[in-house]
Amino acid sequence: MINISSWDGTLSAAEFYVAACAFSELWKKFNLALPQWSWIPSSKRPGIPFNHVEGYLSMENVILPSFEQEDYQGDDLMEKEEYSCSNVDEFIDDAILVQNYCHEVNHYDFHIVYSTSYRVPVLYFRAYRSDGQTLLSDKIEKDIPPNSAKLLMKSKWTFITQEEHPQLNRPWYTLHPCGTTDWMKLLLTNEDSVGQDGVASEKYMVSWFSVVGQVFGLKIPFEMLGNIGTL
Amino acid sequence: MDSKGGGTEAQKFVWEGAIPLQIHLHDSEVTTLPNPPPALILAPRLGYLPLLVPKIKPFFSNSLPPGVDTVWFEYKGLPLKWYIPTGVLFDLLCAEAERPWNLTVHFRGYPGNILTPCEGVDSVKWSFINALKEAAYIINGNCKNIMNMSQSDQADLWHSVLNGNMEAYLRVSSKLKLGTIGDDYSLKLNSTSKSRQRTSDTDATAPIRTGRIPVRLYIRSINEDIDDLEDAPIVDSWDKISYINRPVEIWGEGKCFTLYNAVKALLPELFADKHLLTDNVSKAEMEDGQQSEEISSLRSPEEGGETSTEHAGSPLDTAEIKFLRIQGIEPKMEIPFGWVVNNLMNPEHYLHICVYIKVVEPITI
Repeated sequence: MINISSWDGTLSAAEFYVAACAFSELWKKFNLALPQWSWIPSSKRPGIPFNHVEGYLSMENVILPSFEQEDYQGDDLMEKEEYSCSNVDEFIDDAILVQNYCHEVNHYDFHIVYSTSYRVPVLYFRAYRSDGQTLLSDKIEKDIPPNSAKLLMKSKWTFITQEEHPQLNRPWYTLHPCGTTDWMKLLLTNEDSVGQDGVASEKYMVSWFSVVGQVFGLKIPFEMLGNIGTL
Repeated sequence: MDSKGGGTEAQKFVWEGAIPLQIHLHDSEVTTLPNPPPALILAPRLGYLPLLVPKIKPFFSNSLPPGVDTVWFEYKGLPLKWYIPTGVLFDLLCAEAERPWNLTVHFRGYPGNILTPCEGVDSVKWSFINALKEAAYIINGNCKNIMNMSQSDQADLWHSVLNGNMEAYLRVSSKLKLGTIGDDYSLKLNSTSKSRQRTSDTDATAPIRTGRIPVRLYIRSINEDIDDLEDAPIVDSWDKISYINRPVEIWGEGKCFTLYNAVKALLPELFADKHLLTDNVSKAEMEDGQQSEEISSLRSPEEGGETSTEHAGSPLDTAEIKFLRIQGIEPKMEIPFGWVVNNLMNPEHYLHICVYIKVVEPITI
């Protein structure tokens, strides 16, 4: 239990494990049209067997829910093949709304990793085409809702950055954790359903994801937020 | 230890530390004959490789093929992570110090699947500031002091790092109130032992602090028995290095918290209980005929698995620490950790520790 009155918005590593498990159970229960989260145990220490509670949450091969794209840019050479399915010329009029099935579908992998420095979960993600080719930020921008894209462009260094994935040792994109504790405190200390003893760790991840997921247009159903404790 | 003055002897040593580099242009990028000779340059330990590019490029610009520069460095085939301080890269990748250190520079073909992008000095600056914010967060529970730095202070801080100017650095960084660690024999432990509730000290002198210390640990495993470090197998992939970015929490009221305690806190499995060690090591040696070094070396128990069942719970040695390097030196483990941090940390307030461990393949029966 987190004692709300003195809470600073952070989570311990053990609480993260509990919260992550509860979150993935809840996700399963709500059966959203999205893949499941799995816990990937891992350790960074060579030659030493790891402890199951160390690891991260992974949800892979996600196709983001589409939203209306009013000014679809038909400038990518690689995507020209796809245009032929709608019987449109190579030069596409920007004012035409293109059906989603003609648009190259991008896949996203999301990992939620605990940061021992910031003591909060951190989202890492990467995007790739159906053929596995990694996508860069300019393509990712087209997949995310316009508000997030604006933020991304304005603050290149402090919003979404490219960092080395702490477990996989490869460059991934990440949402910088700096402000997390501030908005987590706001979110959870305003909850009507805070019990006498405080807030269950389980609630943390759902609340956290309700904010973070919005960057990608992944919205958590309201019922999920109210559903903690009824697992 | 006066942080307002010129710094300690040890700090001077660290700030003046430099690695002589001999930089070769990669063959595939040489378009002139004869091949340009390598560039010889002194790289500050506390600096970063991309910061050297303005000095290196003139040596090679005539030879480069046409195109846009995307600079990266490589050592024996391994692309070097540009956000790791030069001294740390050297301590980690050169088991036996190589002077000058021979590196290859590339101006094309950036390995974006291995290295995060680097757009020159600005990328390094932002990486540095982010690391400083992270350190501040670890120490104080927030990075307000960094966020609230004036533009001129931020510029001064960065320039002091760029130019290797210790006095300028100490002047600006003391304003950050990141504190120093009391390195008295007996540490006064803050009653909550959590730095997150600490308010900033308005005292002019740097506050003594305990609590969480930013540490970055780099573990290199050597799987073979080698007599000479020169024979250590080269690191051909970053997958062979374990990187642990985890704060050390200082504990122990009335006791001296040493470097040993700190490393043990980060790698507990590599430290077996001494009693357990003496008993079972000799048994294990006899049963499995395993070669073992002196009892005082640090070992790790294996979790069940291949150990013979007659000695339930007896550890089978799988990994041990051979030595550690911090700023190119191998400090004795008994040194108070506070001293190590205050004197050997990098300007972003992180202590970087390179650990060489020997992993012994367990004997399967």
